[in-house]
Amino acid sequence: MTPQHPSPTDPSSTTSAGRGLAVRDLVVHYRDDDGTTATAVDGLSLEVEPGEVLGLLGPSGSGKSSLLRAVAGLEPASSGSITWDGADLAGVPVHRRGFGLMFQDGQLFPHRDVAANVAFGLEMAGEPRARRRERVTELLELVGLGGFADRAVSTLSGGERQRVALARSLAPRPRLLLLDEPLSALDRALRERLAAEVREALTTTGTTAVFVTHDHDEAFAVADRIAVMDLGHLLQVARPVDLWHRPASQRVAEFLGYEAFVPAGVLPGVEDDALVALGPGSLRLDPAGDLRGTVRSAGFRRGVVEVVVEVEGIGPVTVVEPSAPDRAVVGPGEQVRLTVDVDAVPRLG
Amino acid sequence: MWGLAAAVPLAFLGLFFALPVGSLVLRGFVADGGLDLGGFAEVFGRPRTWRIIGLTLAQATVGTAIAVLVGIPGAYLLYRCQFRGRAALRAFVIVPFVLPTVVVGVAFRSVLAPSGPLGFLDWDGTFAAVVAALVFFNYAVVVRTVGGFWAHLDPRAEQAARSLGAPPWRAFLTVTLPALTPAIASAASIVFLFCATAFGVVLVLGGTGYGTVETEIWVQTTQFLDLRAAAVLSVVQLVVVAVALGTAGRARARRERALQLGRPERVAHRRLALRGPERSAGDLLAVGVTAVVVVVLLALPLVTVLVRSFRTPTGWGLGNYVNLGTTGGSNALSVTVWEAGLNSLRIAVDATVMAVVVGGLVALVVSRRPRGRGTRRAVRALDAVFMLPLGVSAVTVGFGFLIALDRPLGLDVDLRTHPLLIPVAQAVVATPLVVRTVLPVLRAIDSRLHEAAAVLGASPGRVLRLVDWPIAARSLGLAVGLAFAVSLGEFGATSFLARPDRPTLPVVIFRLIGRPGAENLGMALAASVLLALVTASVMALTERLRAGAAGEF
Repeated sequence: MTPQHPSPTDPSSTTSAGRGLAVRDLVVHYRDDDGTTATAVDGLSLEVEPGEVLGLLGPSGSGKSSLLRAVAGLEPASSGSITWDGADLAGVPVHRRGFGLMFQDGQLFPHRDVAANVAFGLEMAGEPRARRRERVTELLELVGLGGFADRAVSTLSGGERQRVALARSLAPRPRLLLLDEPLSALDRALRERLAAEVREALTTTGTTAVFVTHDHDEAFAVADRIAVMDLGHLLQVARPVDLWHRPASQRVAEFLGYEAFVPAGVLPGVEDDALVALGPGSLRLDPAGDLRGTVRSAGFRRGVVEVVVEVEGIGPVTVVEPSAPDRAVVGPGEQVRLTVDVDAVPRLG
Repeated sequence: MWGLAAAVPLAFLGLFFALPVGSLVLRGFVADGGLDLGGFAEVFGRPRTWRIIGLTLAQATVGTAIAVLVGIPGAYLLYRCQFRGRAALRAFVIVPFVLPTVVVGVAFRSVLAPSGPLGFLDWDGTFAAVVAALVFFNYAVVVRTVGGFWAHLDPRAEQAARSLGAPPWRAFLTVTLPALTPAIASAASIVFLFCATAFGVVLVLGGTGYGTVETEIWVQTTQFLDLRAAAVLSVVQLVVVAVALGTAGRARARRERALQLGRPERVAHRRLALRGPERSAGDLLAVGVTAVVVVVLLALPLVTVLVRSFRTPTGWGLGNYVNLGTTGGSNALSVTVWEAGLNSLRIAVDATVMAVVVGGLVALVVSRRPRGRGTRRAVRALDAVFMLPLGVSAVTVGFGFLIALDRPLGLDVDLRTHPLLIPVAQAVVATPLVVRTVLPVLRAIDSRLHEAAAVLGASPGRVLRLVDWPIAARSLGLAVGLAFAVSLGEFGATSFLARPDRPTLPVVIFRLIGRPGAENLGMALAASVLLALVTASVMALTERLRAGAAGEF
């Protein structure tokens, strides 16, 4: 397929050309049940290197799932190309792509028990029975469900279902595993624990993966690199630490949780006109600080106190303070002074 | 491959449904090679026609209203409450729905006859008798449709209303009842359809001078030989059915949507509270209404037929059953009842095979959700087309066969005498039931389940075999039983097509009750018991498959 839009970068000049997944100028139209179409992915280019876990982060409706479905072959591309190791995947049906896909709600086969679910992909690949059994046991151990082989899927809890779904996706050793918000339906404590386990399962098996999520903490926990997507476009691709400290634009910074955007000159001791972003961690309570503010609210959260301060000349910013039993918590309406942690105030653009 | 899967049912229903019904309609509009509405003018000029249309609508409206009113408490009791014997009661309630119409007619007659247990009501041969029999039939439709929906309804909405200060009856009226509306509307439109197209019951129970559009078509054809009037009436019936089907379709879509919206994992059933401080007036009312319906309306006619079948002109005994090996008093029949029974079984097997193949293919094709806009539209159109026979009356189908299959499409064969004709007609009648049983199950399969299988390396064919088939197989088994039961009891179409030397059991029963003599009536009762037992056993066997399957009937 020839791209409709001229590519800003020459594909042959990129270093990783030909290895792993490459998406070029992809356009995907989403068709609703009533026949209306919308552009879900709008001329997007992206690469995933073998062995890498890429987090695809964006608000709901940003086109993440459509991108994932297009890569899996479940959604046709209107233009642009998707290649694996340099081979174009256009015209390769879903079941011959060798990619795995894990859904938000597992989509386990209700008429098969846990072991038969995990074995499905191996059956399709024509693995002999003994080998299948071995691999199923191995994977159930990997996801912490050893001994669950004969259970009916209807008896599993939400977390257990997702573990089975993960084992099922990993069993046929997919070239690429696509995870579509696999943890969103779970409660927070479970989500945080499973995020770490998914990360471990992916790295121990050396699986190349794209992990879609709208939760930046989850993306930070799982991914080697994070791609931020909005309205069908890619805003930034970076390592988690770079993304947090050097967001490319105000939109990216907003999505990561930064709250105030001001010219750097507003901050004491800075002579600059660049736009900077302030968020949790950018300011500290300090009686000798140069900034003044009024406390709007203060809340206790897992060992820290989150204080929202209306900072003069800047606006509301969350200040995170460690909590201690003998320290008085500030209350709403109180006047406070603050100091800036310059390293935690990224410049935008 | 999908083309072929769609072509087989299209060809079948084209030849055996569209062609006969089409020719019928044509006969109403065309005379001597030109458009002629004279037939309409003439038929509508008769006061008899208007009386019959009025009776048909009145019978359907009143029957539907009563079935819904008594069905809602039944749905609550059987699907929302917990008590001992609930499973047995649920199984019993479905029995009337699958009973052959002729048997039900015979049963109500024996209850309402001057010598019967309710003879004092003097209802024999009246509107009230017909309506009572229609409610008998359709009670199960309301209970199951509304109850199945109610069982999935999240009780927390009602609990929220209660905690906000609403007394039980207000919480029911303002929260639960509106939530049930899609299911009630869906059940009501189906019941209306069944009531408006009822044939066997009306023919047996309605006295002289009583008639509906359906029986009138039969009377005009077989007694007055006025095919033109029959064709015009068939067109009238088609209009009634199309309106009812349209309403049913919309209601069904709403109900399916509503079910998808909030399907809680498991709704806890409440215990009945009839005594003590927890006593609830609503529960008492539900139990009272349901007890009366079950005992007087459902059980009494069945028990009466059973008891009467053992009463012979010479006292109590098995005489009537022994007589089933004869051709009746003063040779009322041309074959013995046993032979007719054998015919029925053979025909039912053939009809079931055809209905399940055709209906299964329809359900499969219509359940697909293709990507392209054109194919998507085509699938939606097919869905509507395949549902038409659900409403078109069996009498119309039978009558249509008679006039269309004499040298169909100009071929030099007369299909009217072919031995497969009756099975084909019964298959046309049973196919929509098969579709309605299998389709909801296939549709309920999340398309992402197909995608999950495909991503794991399953080709489209294997997805069908390894995902759709195991999930839908139970409902297909249920459809087999349903089609077999319907075919065994089919009377409307068969009464047109059965040849005197090869009658089916319902046809024989009808003939026996039309002949004088206590001996013939006794045989009719014994044959009815037999037919009811066979149909009920078939349904009881297949009911075991229903657990988990969420079909419509």
